[in-house]
Amino acid sequence: MSEAGTTGRRWHDMGGDAAGPVPGDEHDFALWEKRVDALMILASGAGHFTVDGLRRALEDMGEAAFEEMSYYERWIAAVNQNLLEGGVYSIEELGRKMAEVQARGDSYGTVQDG
Amino acid sequence: MPHDHHHHEGTSPSGHPYRADQDGPLTYWQAMEVAVRELLVEKGVVTADQVQRQIEAMDARSPADGAAFVARTWTDPDFAALARRDATAACREMGFDPGTMRLIAVENDEGTHNVVVCTLCSCYPRNLLGLPPDWYKSREYRSRTVREPRAVLREFGLDLPEGTTVRVHDSTADMRYVVIPRRPDGTDGWEADLLAALVTRDSMIGTGVARVPS
Repeated sequence: MSEAGTTGRRWHDMGGDAAGPVPGDEHDFALWEKRVDALMILASGAGHFTVDGLRRALEDMGEAAFEEMSYYERWIAAVNQNLLEGGVYSIEELGRKMAEVQARGDSYGTVQDG
Repeated sequence: MPHDHHHHEGTSPSGHPYRADQDGPLTYWQAMEVAVRELLVEKGVVTADQVQRQIEAMDARSPADGAAFVARTWTDPDFAALARRDATAACREMGFDPGTMRLIAVENDEGTHNVVVCTLCSCYPRNLLGLPPDWYKSREYRSRTVREPRAVLREFGLDLPEGTTVRVHDSTADMRYVVIPRRPDGTDGWEADLLAALVTRDSMIGTGVARVPS
């Protein structure tokens, strides 16, 4: 990491950095976001990865992902990364399933199976 | 799937304003959530019912749980002693599942104000307060709270006297903090239920103080 080369810290270690005003916005969570949270709790609870595994994947995504993706977008990416690494399913199975889901419809509501 | 198009007003049970309807085009990451969930069900890792129950359990958690916890420390000296010694056990005694995290209660007093942050990510006493607000996870809050806490607190409308000691607590994935705010003056003899209504979410993060009775 080049950032660590100059500061001795990685991007996520941001305590003490200068930054602008704290944003006041808050939002309630969408169903898909709550499901990501639930999948994290349940799959880690079942022993397929640890909170450290989740954080390692989040930190390895880098600063661009932190700026460009929403919180639960990063979480589902990290959960998926850990499940792939843990051999729960293969990248081929994921690819097939993603294509199947995307072929079902064009909104989150319409792609639910059953 | 049917969608409700009425407009939501006010805040949700979890204390957040409602967000706009989620009827937009399917995003890549939403498709990934569906795919991962279905694969986990097919592989026997989770059931659809478990996912639903986990969401319901999460929705049931709110700052009201934390407020009940704080109000009991104000009214029950034995419980307050337990909370100071082992907040995880105190949480459990209230019937709130502390999960796998260790909970530490930090108590404000006349000369000390505590505030909680997670500089590395977004660790938060979610089992006691529900999910963290967006600003708690922001770069600005994470970066600045450990460097210039008084300036950050002023942005929340909390201007602490010069003489007040400010203690900033940096959470980790395994160890979470909750602030026990000072009991407001003029509440002598109040029952715990009435006191709990004065305890805001922000007062338990430390970006606010308990409400003063009107």
